Amino acid sequence: MIEKAFQGSKGYWIWIACLLAVIAVGGWCYAQQFTHGLGVTGMSRDVSWGLYISQFTFLVGVAAGGLMLVLPYYLHNYKAFGRITILGEFMAIAAVVMCLMFIIADLGQPMRAFNVILHPSPQSIMFWDMIVLNGYLALNLLCGWAILHSEYKGVKYANWVKPFIYLSIPWAVSIHTVTAFLYAGLPGRDYWLTAIMAPRFLASAFAAGPALLLIIALVLERNTLFRVGQMAKDKLVTIITYAAIINFFFLACEFFVAYYSQYPSKMYTKDYLFFGLERDGLIFNNLVPYMQASVVIGVIGIALILMARSRKSDLLLGVSCAMIFLSLWIDKGLGMVLGGFVPNPFGQVTQYYPTIIELGITAAVWATGGLILTILYKVAISVKLEKGL
Amino acid sequence: MNKDRRDFLKLAGVTVAGIGASSAFHALLSGEAAASGLRRAGVVKTKAETRLGMVIDINKFIEHRGLAQRCIDACHSIHNVPDFANPDHQVKWLWTDKFEHVFVKDTHYRQAEKLQGTPVLALCNHCDNPPCVRVCPTRATFKKADGVVAMDYHRCIGCRFCMAACPYGARNFNWLDPRGKNERGNPLIRKLNRRYPTRTIGVVEKCNFCAHRLAVGELPACVEEAAAYEAIFFGNLNDPQSAISQVLREKFTITRRGSLGTRPSIFYIV
Amino acid sequence: MYGSGRIISALLVFVGLVTFPIWYNAGKAQQPPVLQMPAAEHPECVRDVLYMRTSHMVLLNEWRDDILRKSGPRFGVTTGGVRYERSLQKGCMSCHRDKQNFCAQCHVYTAVDPNCWDCHLEPTSEEALLSWTNEEVILNEEVILK
Repeated sequence: MIEKAFQGSKGYWIWIACLLAVIAVGGWCYAQQFTHGLGVTGMSRDVSWGLYISQFTFLVGVAAGGLMLVLPYYLHNYKAFGRITILGEFMAIAAVVMCLMFIIADLGQPMRAFNVILHPSPQSIMFWDMIVLNGYLALNLLCGWAILHSEYKGVKYANWVKPFIYLSIPWAVSIHTVTAFLYAGLPGRDYWLTAIMAPRFLASAFAAGPALLLIIALVLERNTLFRVGQMAKDKLVTIITYAAIINFFFLACEFFVAYYSQYPSKMYTKDYLFFGLERDGLIFNNLVPYMQASVVIGVIGIALILMARSRKSDLLLGVSCAMIFLSLWIDKGLGMVLGGFVPNPFGQVTQYYPTIIELGITAAVWATGGLILTILYKVAISVKLEKGL
Repeated sequence: MNKDRRDFLKLAGVTVAGIGASSAFHALLSGEAAASGLRRAGVVKTKAETRLGMVIDINKFIEHRGLAQRCIDACHSIHNVPDFANPDHQVKWLWTDKFEHVFVKDTHYRQAEKLQGTPVLALCNHCDNPPCVRVCPTRATFKKADGVVAMDYHRCIGCRFCMAACPYGARNFNWLDPRGKNERGNPLIRKLNRRYPTRTIGVVEKCNFCAHRLAVGELPACVEEAAAYEAIFFGNLNDPQSAISQVLREKFTITRRGSLGTRPSIFYIV
Repeated sequence: MYGSGRIISALLVFVGLVTFPIWYNAGKAQQPPVLQMPAAEHPECVRDVLYMRTSHMVLLNEWRDDILRKSGPRFGVTTGGVRYERSLQKGCMSCHRDKQNFCAQCHVYTAVDPNCWDCHLEPTSEEALLSWTNEEVILNEEVILK
């Protein structure tokens, strides 16, 4: 089955070459970081997690988002998702691999990463995150590959796969819940200390994951004979719309709690992220344009996706999905983690700017994810087309 | 935590997570987690015999202006703490910041003038209920029987979860090689104390209450430096006869961010 | 066999590469390490020689975990009654002052690369003569006994 990945058009190989080039550049950047330390990044003693961990957090959501395809198909027997469910599972694999890479990239002593297993610490949420992420990777590899392979052989998948499929459904919820708990269980960080963290993570995940998937599916439709099907598209639009609206509803709840209660430490980070925070006569607002744009883009995206559905326009659908994805990426892949560190325990503000090396490593991880996704999708689409599924 | 709540949690553990997860939940509440803060939520009834703590008299440091710096120098030279000029990369075991920063009370209308802008010593609070210990995925940070929140630098993977968890900004990461040199070519550790190790790149470090000095019957370096001025008191908080308990009984003291439930072991006389 | 020429030559290259360490080092006799005994102020080590050769790292880890986590004793006594400090930097290296001879020789020979010295400080050449004498150890003992 894997041989399908080695038979492709010129465009396919150029795309692979581009990804490999980005990975090579990022690899060099990582070599720099490995020798000189994390001091080559923009992180500091005040903002001690940066782009890596925020990307990790966002991508856990993308991985969990695959659930929105798996669940209707396997649990509710929603046949229209038959062709794209495998895409959801494979996207989860690529996303989880990226998550793990971002965590390793963020470690000060990556060679000691296995200490987490050597000295298991059940009181640490990170320990559980390690378990759920690796478990989710294994589950998706197992289910995705087993199902595709049976399609390749022209038979129904074996019965032993079923329990794993069902297990993967709550497991998807667990990865994002546990990841939210990383943040929500810290007494000193008021922006993160909110019970709505996990629900909001899930809402944004169930919008961002399917949105990305739909974009990729549309690209595949353009370039291959693969067809998603109108019913599946419409259903995805419904899912994305609801999830995105719920995400913004949760955001509104956060705003209400902070600004109606006038509880200072609940307002500071939101001030910093959305309006600018004043400290000793200085205004700190380096993330304000992004966060404001995130809200605007997200709201327009929701409006457009509804329009795309009624007009049956694939272009509009792609654009609106991209907008929703971008909006959620800024909100969670940038503001959520970075904002939590402002203000610092002394009430002061340190602003974070990623360095070129950091951006290079981040790009390389995304490129690796892209490469894994490309190869897996190449195999999946080839099999589906060959078998006329 | 009262008995009902504990039973409820047990029940919830069984119901929600099934048998397997429930046994993990029990492990969480006993044994392994004994060193973490969960114990101090009341699950284990015994009270530790020793809880080392410190009382810092801010007034004494206002009287003796250079004293704080001498304490810092004593601490940093003994522990081979590197001197990174870049504030983003600084490593500080003991340091000073303005009163209104150490005790963030920006809603307070007017503060006593002597305190406004006055430098106050800050260090690891060796919390009785430390979030850093709770979150550490390798138990590289742990709570010792004497109450000291200690670190094993051999084990730290540099994930910096503890830095996010510490509400006091007391944790330092070695962003760059602490044995390296600054821009002017001078070593970051000005003079090595050859009886103490340095740290290495990519690990977190912090005040250890001079565990190595306590072990040989000496007081922490800063306490010794301030001893002549009676500016810092050190001892067992759980021993009612100790000098520090006496001070806490007699003087009005405050702690940093007390509402967070971390139960700091560093007290300040204002 | 189809494409046999390519396959066989590729196989040859592969075999050549994986056996590289063997033929690269062929004919070069490796000298086993020759260790010097430390200065004779302490007549015996903390454990017998055989144990120390195979398991010194286990012992070091035991010391570390015991002292760091359980506030274990900082000093121990050998079977012959000699007191020693349970410490790499302040114990082992106070007799075996020459890191190059004592540590590096065998570690290089066996191609292991422990990271002890990333943090711990090896004795300087002058220090090997001056500091960490018995006096200092005795001083610490007095403090403990008190």
